[in-house]
Amino acid sequence: MIHGQSVRFRQASRFPQAIRLCIAVALCNSIVAVAAEDQSQHEAFFESKIRPTLVKHCYECHSLKHDAAEGGLTLDTPAGLLQGGDRGPAVVAGRPDASLIMTAITHADPDLTMPPDRDPLSRSIIGDFRQWIQQGAHDPRSNDVATDQIASVSGMQARRWKNDRDEFLHWAYRPIQATPPPSIAGQGWARSEIDEYILARLQSNALSPSPDASPSTLLRRVSLDLIGLPPNASQRHRFLRAVRNSDLDTAMRDEVDRLLALPQFGERWGRHWLDVARYAESSGKESNLTFPHAWRYRDYVIDSFNIDKPYDRFLVEQIAGDLLPASDEQQRAKHLIATGFLAIGPKSLNEMNPRQFKADLVDEQIDTVSRSILATSLACARCHDHKSDPFSMEDYYAVAGVFYSTDTRFGSSIGPESQIDSDFIRLPTLPQQSIPNHSFSEREFTKLISKVGELKWEKRLRMAQAFWARWTGKEPGMYYSLQDALRIRWSLGNLDAKLKTVDDDGQALPLAMGTVDGRAPRNVAVLRRGELSMPGDIVPRGFPAFYDSGHRYVVPENQSGRLELARWLTDPAHPLTARVIVNRIWQHLFGEGLVRTVDNFGSDGQTPSHPALLDHLATQFVAHDWSIKWLVREIALSRSYRQSSDYRDQAFQQDPENRLLWRANKRRLDAEVIRDGMLALAHRLDFCRPDASLVANIGNRPVSIIGFDKRVAADLDGSRYRSVYLPVIRDRLPDAMELFDGAEPSLVTGKRQTTNVPLQSLYLLNSEFLMQQSDALAARIQRYARSQTDRITLVIELCFCRAAEPDEIRIAKQFLGKQPDVRRWSEYCQALLCTAEFRNLD
Amino acid sequence: MNIPNLSNELQHTVSPARTHLAVRDGDALISRRTALQSVAAGLASIATTTLLHQQSASASDVTESPDKTHHRATAKRVLFLCMRGGPSHVDLFDHKPHLQSVGSAQGNRRLLPSPFKFSRHGDSGLWLSEVQPHLARHVDDVCMIHSMHTDLPNHPQAFGQMHTGSFQFVRPSLGAWTLYGLGSENENLPGFVTINPPADFGGARNYGSAFLPAICQGTKIGAGQIPALYKNLLRKEASKTPPLPHLSNTRMTPGQQREQVDLVARMNQAKLRRDHYNPEVQGAIDSMELAFRMQRDVPDVLDLADESKETLDAYGIDQGPTDTFGRQCLMARRLIEAGVRFVEVTAPANWDHHRLLKTQLTSACETTDQPTAALLQDLKSRGLLQDTLVIWAGEFGRTPFVQSFDGRDHNNQGYTIWMAGGGVKGGITYGETDEFGEKAVVDRVHIHDWHATILHLLGFDHTKLTYNYAGRDFRLTDVHGEVVYGIIA
Repeated sequence: MIHGQSVRFRQASRFPQAIRLCIAVALCNSIVAVAAEDQSQHEAFFESKIRPTLVKHCYECHSLKHDAAEGGLTLDTPAGLLQGGDRGPAVVAGRPDASLIMTAITHADPDLTMPPDRDPLSRSIIGDFRQWIQQGAHDPRSNDVATDQIASVSGMQARRWKNDRDEFLHWAYRPIQATPPPSIAGQGWARSEIDEYILARLQSNALSPSPDASPSTLLRRVSLDLIGLPPNASQRHRFLRAVRNSDLDTAMRDEVDRLLALPQFGERWGRHWLDVARYAESSGKESNLTFPHAWRYRDYVIDSFNIDKPYDRFLVEQIAGDLLPASDEQQRAKHLIATGFLAIGPKSLNEMNPRQFKADLVDEQIDTVSRSILATSLACARCHDHKSDPFSMEDYYAVAGVFYSTDTRFGSSIGPESQIDSDFIRLPTLPQQSIPNHSFSEREFTKLISKVGELKWEKRLRMAQAFWARWTGKEPGMYYSLQDALRIRWSLGNLDAKLKTVDDDGQALPLAMGTVDGRAPRNVAVLRRGELSMPGDIVPRGFPAFYDSGHRYVVPENQSGRLELARWLTDPAHPLTARVIVNRIWQHLFGEGLVRTVDNFGSDGQTPSHPALLDHLATQFVAHDWSIKWLVREIALSRSYRQSSDYRDQAFQQDPENRLLWRANKRRLDAEVIRDGMLALAHRLDFCRPDASLVANIGNRPVSIIGFDKRVAADLDGSRYRSVYLPVIRDRLPDAMELFDGAEPSLVTGKRQTTNVPLQSLYLLNSEFLMQQSDALAARIQRYARSQTDRITLVIELCFCRAAEPDEIRIAKQFLGKQPDVRRWSEYCQALLCTAEFRNLD
Repeated sequence: MNIPNLSNELQHTVSPARTHLAVRDGDALISRRTALQSVAAGLASIATTTLLHQQSASASDVTESPDKTHHRATAKRVLFLCMRGGPSHVDLFDHKPHLQSVGSAQGNRRLLPSPFKFSRHGDSGLWLSEVQPHLARHVDDVCMIHSMHTDLPNHPQAFGQMHTGSFQFVRPSLGAWTLYGLGSENENLPGFVTINPPADFGGARNYGSAFLPAICQGTKIGAGQIPALYKNLLRKEASKTPPLPHLSNTRMTPGQQREQVDLVARMNQAKLRRDHYNPEVQGAIDSMELAFRMQRDVPDVLDLADESKETLDAYGIDQGPTDTFGRQCLMARRLIEAGVRFVEVTAPANWDHHRLLKTQLTSACETTDQPTAALLQDLKSRGLLQDTLVIWAGEFGRTPFVQSFDGRDHNNQGYTIWMAGGGVKGGITYGETDEFGEKAVVDRVHIHDWHATILHLLGFDHTKLTYNYAGRDFRLTDVHGEVVYGIIA
């Protein structure tokens, strides 16, 4: 399937646009003249036979309007057709044999088969094309699309998208369409509708699915996927017994249900969302100050996954929790914490211009909301109408108004590293609430207050003196120098930072990051080129035009509109929201999404490998009350998920990327899973949730001061909590997270990278963490098994969730020698943790 | 080597369609297999086997070996100074007197005259603006390509295309191809090192190996691992520890660790045999072996302590704005000198000047100009410049038109990059943009052409440096690319 299509670069013409148009128009004119007499007849032929095929099969990759020009070729204008692409003209009127489009659609040249990745067009369509070219390739379309394509008038593009939606709309913006599963030949393999979709595609490509993976492999896979921890030996034996006593279907069902009910499920799947939510506990960028209260959002996310909060509800809380009614204070607190989603993004706290800061803040919020939930970025439309997706600048500023009308509270105070003052969200006081920030004694508190008074007084005094000095012709700086001003400003900021965390009696407050509505909700003006200095027309607050929910969600005048935005996003008929999350979940279970560009459903992303399946799952997901656990269960119990990952030569040659899912994908484990797995094997994993976070205990300060503090580093490696609870400081991730491709916390990361580099091996060979775990693992096996062989067998079973091979035992004995001491056992255990098998999944 | 069963190997070896390079692949593969089998039998350590195209040549062997390449190479290694953001060619390199008439318009767009003065430099008389006074002293070594163009004016796509040829698909990076083609010069160091690559703009894809063997991917020396950054963050003297962590073992002697690493290799090898085809495991084997050997050389290579005061000063180390890039460049030189094939340095400057062009461009140059010049000088005086290709490039240029009063927008249709050493002509310019610098019009050089030229300098025919993946021969330039012979000495 990779043939041709995937390696051919989409290429803009190397001719300047103007020249290109001149040639094209000239050619076109002559043809139009010749064809005048038969025009209506030819037009009818074109409209009934040719255009529908072009629209259906070609425009997706070859359309000026779509901004898609694979191989430099566009087919939505006569000019594009005649001029052709990099290989030459697509159509030579009167000569089908010389027309590349014929070569492509007849699959005459293996390097040029169109449509790519699909079966050839039917013979009758090919015949129509031949006839059409033979008769002069009459093309009644206009070249208009080419000329207005460059124009960038606000809103115009979106309107055009809307008008032409049937014909041109990119798949992701079309309504979700549930179609019944295709019929498949042969019964017995499929366990669910998912399998029917998968099998049908395989069959139509003459491929067969792989057999089930072995029960042990499967157990390890499902356990790592669902809770991020390897099964232990007794779990393995229980599972194997269950398979023997009943069957694999039953054993899997029981196991999946067991795993879904564990609190570790939320820790594993919450982390996936935290990747997307670019969760971090510091501001990042130049000044990088800590966010000591961000952890509450982390816990909220994990809890939400564990209670299987419906995804639509989950999103509404994160975008507009503060605007939701709450049944009690506890729920109220959760709603407020949820809005941390909007507040934890990276920030340039040293930005001197508060308007610029707000514009960037809003931009970051729009980008995160659109990228994480819709897998497409609206943020590009800040400066220009989106070139290839249906977002206009009006769309952007309509949503921007919503966030401009929002007060984002991330809790920062003025200081040498920060020019921005922002409050926290004060949470309702609850019983047994964790409050990591400190209360002040009465004496301390009084001192703080009086210090503030003194500084303010000093400032006033010095200003008066300086004013007097200027009036009397003296040097004002003598009384109020820049240093004085900064000292007072920063000292006040420092005191303010302390006072923000306590109530009027100096008692620590429960705080969070998040949003509330601003005092005066307002619409904002389009900023031409995104520049503050170039305001244009004011746009009413609202939502992107590509999905018109029929005016059901109208922004009230006296509110920001976040609640309505959230409702718009989670409208059951929204074309993107359900598809995007279903695809994300699919990816976490299969290693690749049905749409591989999980964060980009836009026109420059990839198209789904199984569009009908994606829509089927999206529909079902919404029908099942947006239940993540339902979907995870549905996928994990499918036969498709259960396939072996073994290599099959013929299938690999045909579909090397495994787009059609003829086997399970082999995968490198996530950084957290690698680290947690080691701790778990060593029996050192602390399954409890830590109280707050290391960052909360460090408090509010620049990362530069704590970042390289030895104690912090020791604590990171020494921490025995699950990795999801390690501090996430921007630009200073814990070693294991940094080295094994943990999500970059400043970006929406739907798909992590996978690198395989020597720095990882150095960590495995030499880090303190590995040695600790190896020692503990060695101690564990020495405790639980007596003979050398038993110990080796046990540790191999623990590490790889399978029985040891005779050869492995032999090699191990060779390494260990006759009388291995504790150290030697530890070195052996470390070697197992260093293997590729340990950090990969079959 | 990607399809590890014997019949395939033989096919590779005898296939007439493949070049001698491909044949060599087959040989390398068999020799590696044989070596690994001997390991499995407990006969020998694999210390001598793992690197990609390494043959019997010793680590320090840098002599020409024509059988490695398609033709005589003039460059043996590449040092890529990557300027993210899109440096404004009309304010740095591409002198356009027409642009200077204040307030002039081109159609309905208003031109922004360059705020910088241009003058001629060196014997060659190349034009350069005033913001790069240090580079001005080296123009006679520099070849400027004024007619670059790339497909899209968006950062992530253009950045990806600059690095991999494709803005759309995951493809091996330029560095990975270089390493794949040439193999490593030093078995104790990664063959491809990237210093401070950006996490966005495609992240690791820009130094990834895609379907090429994992050992070809760039090893990142990241932001937190550069001493200068320790220093900036801590506001105290640079840490004496090496900038890469975990470089030595506190418990085992190298001999003991060797045994352990061999054990890991044997287990990985067994896994690979069970899986038939598993590039991830093969990559793990290679990277573990390389990691073991890196422990010996890396601390010395990355330690700047033995550099003279003059050298440190020349690079601008400990001198305000030049400190970070100075350290990066010096480290890059040390890596190149130690035999790393491909070193990429992403400058700590942002060239994306949509507004405040004058101040921001000046500051970017203050950060980069002196270290860049020092690097050229240093390579030259060590005799390295003649066979090291130095590249200075961003993902695109900027328009001659005004944006936001005093800035410029992205421009993919015409921009400048420069190269030096490694067999390119010095003191020349190649190609031209139109009178305002908007579009490349004379001798246009597309990214594919540029890649083809780089591979040519490294001794490869870009149409023949292929990798067979899943039944298809892939190459850096896909089906495009023309070598730009006009810049080759």
